[in-house]
Amino acid sequence: MELDRFCSTSRVIIVAGKGGVGKTTVTATLAVAAARTGMSVLIVEVEGKSGLASAFDRPPLGYEETELAPGVRGRTLTPDDALLDWLRGNGLRRISNRLVASGTLDVVATAVPGLKDILVLGKVKSLDLTRAADLVVVDAPAAGHAVTFLTSARGLLDAVRVGPVNKQASDVVELLSDPERCRVLLVTLPEETPVNELVDTAYAIEDRAGVALGPVVVNGCYEKLALDGAGVTAASVLRDADLLDVFVSEREAEDLARAAGFRAERAAIQTHQADRLARLLPLPQIRLPFLFTADLGYQEIGHLADALTEGVAAL
Amino acid sequence: MNDPRVVHSLDDVVEHGSVAICCGSGGVGKTTTAAVLAVQSARRGRRAVVVTIDPAKRLANALGLDELSNEPHQIDPARWDPKGERVEGGRLSAMMLDTKSTFDDLVTRYAATPEQAQRILENSFYRNLASALSGTQEYMAMEKLHELHEEGDFDLIVVDTPPSRHALDFLDAPKRLLRLLDNRVFRLLMVPTRTYLRVAGAAVQMFLHTISRVVGTEVVDDIVAFFRSFEGMEEGFRERAHRVVEVLAQPETRFVLVTSPRRDAVEEARFFAAKIGDHDLAVDALIVNRVHPRFGTELSAGLRSRADSLRELKVSGREATAARDRLSACYANLADFNEIAERERAHIETVRVRTGAAPVSFVPYLAHDVHDFEALAEVGRILFPDLPDRAGSEPTGAGPGQ
Repeated sequence: MELDRFCSTSRVIIVAGKGGVGKTTVTATLAVAAARTGMSVLIVEVEGKSGLASAFDRPPLGYEETELAPGVRGRTLTPDDALLDWLRGNGLRRISNRLVASGTLDVVATAVPGLKDILVLGKVKSLDLTRAADLVVVDAPAAGHAVTFLTSARGLLDAVRVGPVNKQASDVVELLSDPERCRVLLVTLPEETPVNELVDTAYAIEDRAGVALGPVVVNGCYEKLALDGAGVTAASVLRDADLLDVFVSEREAEDLARAAGFRAERAAIQTHQADRLARLLPLPQIRLPFLFTADLGYQEIGHLADALTEGVAAL
Repeated sequence: MNDPRVVHSLDDVVEHGSVAICCGSGGVGKTTTAAVLAVQSARRGRRAVVVTIDPAKRLANALGLDELSNEPHQIDPARWDPKGERVEGGRLSAMMLDTKSTFDDLVTRYAATPEQAQRILENSFYRNLASALSGTQEYMAMEKLHELHEEGDFDLIVVDTPPSRHALDFLDAPKRLLRLLDNRVFRLLMVPTRTYLRVAGAAVQMFLHTISRVVGTEVVDDIVAFFRSFEGMEEGFRERAHRVVEVLAQPETRFVLVTSPRRDAVEEARFFAAKIGDHDLAVDALIVNRVHPRFGTELSAGLRSRADSLRELKVSGREATAARDRLSACYANLADFNEIAERERAHIETVRVRTGAAPVSFVPYLAHDVHDFEALAEVGRILFPDLPDRAGSEPTGAGPGQ
């Protein structure tokens, strides 16, 4: 599939996954890849802290939109921000400050669990309706929280049957259950526990939140070596060196062989886990490479965006 | 108060600590590390318990945590010490924290009458408080710790901390809950009899009315009912919260900071270390999981240029071309691993600046995830090597990751 078609299948893409699997990296990568096709992209960061800005070599994001890269803007949208925004939009500007100052906001938000989640998603919905960008990419909370984040609206519809909260919740459910408006992109690592947890999360999201799932992004895959790593031994390295008439010490040959063997072993485990994921979860996979050479910055995101574009093309 | 200058080795944590708090961001192997420490302590003859928060399914099965009981249960020594090598008296127990029932127990304990407890437990605001308020899980983990500590059935209590959205919630969580219970607006409602408060009472009523318009009167009624029922219990809760925090500051409490060497995890770890310092506590040990192996001592830059120059080598013949490509790929691969190893160590150094004299232990990438006692023992051998000169040594390619 062409990337621009992939990115315009729905206007909101929510990126979700367990902590440490590279959810933020994938968010940035998707945004950059989409912007390259000429789309305007807005990244929404909902936890108020992530390495998103540093992936673009920029200072931390704020509530106001800032340009992160050509065609890519970013902003935070924490529950507190969303709640205040919403109160003001509902004619409660006067009490909103007092709610915060007296700590009553926390009491009310506790009384109505999920309120903050639907306010964040409600704001995402209005970003979608006002066409704030061609594509809105949401960096969702970590996995366990992601399921709650996406199911809150349905729960609230039952709990609060009238009034503005109910209206907000039903708007959010409408957004989430329309695959032309919103999809979830799940991220995992090709390792046993992340794969297991992803499968659980995927079924929970599909069954309980009713959100359409896009392909799964398998992050951190070792790229294939230009040789059969498992077949490399110190002796074979020394033979090659002899043939080429270059000097390689025995100790170095040993290191080269062990490193090649390690890579081959890890790659085999990764392939096994990715295949296992494919069996457990019938969703197409996009594999992104593990980056050995540098910390994540804008340049590295560009490299990953190439891989994402290729991965989407192969779908 | 724990003297922040005194730090302890990992051996000391399992041999002399009475409480070990494992903290760190999500996905860095905190639960596994907590289990390893408890097993090690039990092997050395102590009665150890690991309190887990949200273990991966297979590890939970291994620890016999299939069902929530909220009480520790002992694990058959044949499972964690199949060769019978433990020092006599060693016992291993495990439990999975049940936030809601821990909170329920607390309410029952501090209620003046069973009726008061009943009213609170049935209130829907309370039920949300116990299950949905962020920080409650952290607080209840500390509460359980306090309870186990008081009961005195264990020599060492190892606590896994929840993967907080915001680092170190567990130190601040008691305060946050108390602040909520102290809410002025709702507290004012409970004392409407005194004249000067009647005025405030009217303003508060208006305020609540406005809130009801948004979230519905039922919700506000529940909140008011909760605060009314809760009246008189704040003092007990406050005192309890203080005592819980005191356990953390005891000299026998050890803080074990767990991280992976990735930049984002390390940034979090640095933040944790600073926060622990802010509370006048010290990190006693730093454990770095999932470290890439380093092969040899050659620096990556040299290896990389060797790979490049080999690739440019002019050769003729199929065999020589294949040899060139293989050798160049081998060098590029070794350069990759040594480069990531160099970077990971540079990241860890930035945490060490904050953790001072705390010893650092490295656990290499393992071929398989840790979810049974055999694997826990394997990690144990890495963290607690028998030869003293290997303690805290960095993993090499010859490590158990192979």
